[in-house]
Amino acid sequence: MKHIITINSANLKKTAAKGGCGKCQASCQSACKTSCTVANQKCEK
Amino acid sequence: MIHKYKLNGLNIVLDVHSGGVHLVDDVTYDLLDNVSPPFEEECPEWVIEKMMRFHDEREVVVCYKEIVQLYNEGILFSEDDYEKFASYSVASPVKAMCLLVEQDCNLRCEYCFASAGDYGLGKRMHMSFETGRKAMDFLLENSGDRENLELDFFGGEPLMNWDTVKQLVEYGRSREKEFGKRFRFTITTNGMLLDREKMDFINKEMSNVVLSVDGRKEVNDRVRKRIDGTGCYDRIMDRYKELVELRNNENYYVRGTFTKYNLDFANDVIHLYDEGFDQISVEPVVSEPSMGYAITEKELPAIFSEYERLADIILGHDRQGKHFNFFHFMLDLDQGPCAIKRLRGCGSGNEYVAITPEGDIYPCHQFVGIDKYKMGNINEGTFNTDIKKEFASAHIYSKPDCRKCWAKFYCSGGCNANNYIYTGNILTAHKLSCEMEKKRLECAIMIKAAKAAQEAGILSE
Ligand code: SF4
Ligand code: SF4
Repeated sequence: MKHIITINSANLKKTAAKGGCGKCQASCQSACKTSCTVANQKCEK
Repeated sequence: MIHKYKLNGLNIVLDVHSGGVHLVDDVTYDLLDNVSPPFEEECPEWVIEKMMRFHDEREVVVCYKEIVQLYNEGILFSEDDYEKFASYSVASPVKAMCLLVEQDCNLRCEYCFASAGDYGLGKRMHMSFETGRKAMDFLLENSGDRENLELDFFGGEPLMNWDTVKQLVEYGRSREKEFGKRFRFTITTNGMLLDREKMDFINKEMSNVVLSVDGRKEVNDRVRKRIDGTGCYDRIMDRYKELVELRNNENYYVRGTFTKYNLDFANDVIHLYDEGFDQISVEPVVSEPSMGYAITEKELPAIFSEYERLADIILGHDRQGKHFNFFHFMLDLDQGPCAIKRLRGCGSGNEYVAITPEGDIYPCHQFVGIDKYKMGNINEGTFNTDIKKEFASAHIYSKPDCRKCWAKFYCSGGCNANNYIYTGNILTAHKLSCEMEKKRLECAIMIKAAKAAQEAGILSE
């Protein structure tokens, strides 16, 4: 590719098939609890 | 769905449903304004004609082919086929709990959503060991097959009820084995009562600790005040440094709030870094627009450019080998949580509940005092599963604004409590929060993209 560089693995769809185990941390998005974007959580499987 | 934007000299294209992030040149960036599926074999004539005004015809033709190739690979204009997963985890066990061990506080921070600890209830109560114990039993018994139980000591100021905190930790530890579970304790404190004994206990038992401070002394002391009106900065900073050092600089956050009074909040982030902290969270105040410190639509442009400035500072620091985490820019583009998790975010009222000193159960700490959402009482043994179901079905596909939002798999539908408090409905997005969230995401993705570009040798700097 000359014009486009993909910088990640773009694998969100795959995670849907195997995901949903619920082991990862709950993640409050609100200011009071420090958390925000769920996307910074870690998968714990 | 794609989302594209220019930031810091980069053209960034996010493919929402595959999570793909692409860096593109100007031709591709402009071409993406003109093409979308279904694609043809060759670039349509009218598109070439339109693009030729600004770009080389041959380049346009090649770009088109690259776009089609990525489309065929499923990482550009990919389909939204997640809705079927949204019914998952409706019957999710409760695995996280916030214990409001103390509804009193030794500070009077102007913007406190808990109104100096009493949550506007006019009562300053302490949680008894007995109520806390029953709450923990509730968590142990309702957590199904979840092995890790999250329990946060919150307030008010939890250190004002320290003996109970210690007793509860001991109680939790004494029952983990028999249930085959493990408590992850966390605590949020304003630091006023920290001493060595408390630090040692916290560092031994708590998997994370959140230390409240807003940044520069004058910024902090203007809003984080003692009852006599004096600021708390001088009292807390050395204690925070000691605590953090004692826990090997790991698993903590210094956390601040920015308001209309410090729209140059990047300086507060840097101040905290310069003071020796590298896990930093500084977040916008959420309040009624009428408050003097409130952030409203008017402040958004200033906040956006400040986030951009902060992103730039972070990249600059990074190049000099000075790393720190700004919590709101943390993002893992490859190993983040699965798509199922991203449908629902915080899990309030479903996986997560808050317990008041009186044993009342609410969907989360921010719902405390809202009668409509009182889920039951620990002492009375009541728990309203209809409310639980309502929260379980609050996901990005049941929230009309989120469904069509490019940020949905990062934001996961925002904060149900803010939605309810400011729009009257947990399913209606609080637009002001959305605007800031989207800006932060753009910055966070840009930081990743800039690093990738640097590695690929695209950027000189
Ligand atoms: S930014 Fe707003 S609309 Fe978008 S997903 Fe988050 S809450 Fe929903
Ligand atoms: S509803 Fe809001 S405040 Fe409550 S846990 Fe979720 S994100 Fe946090």
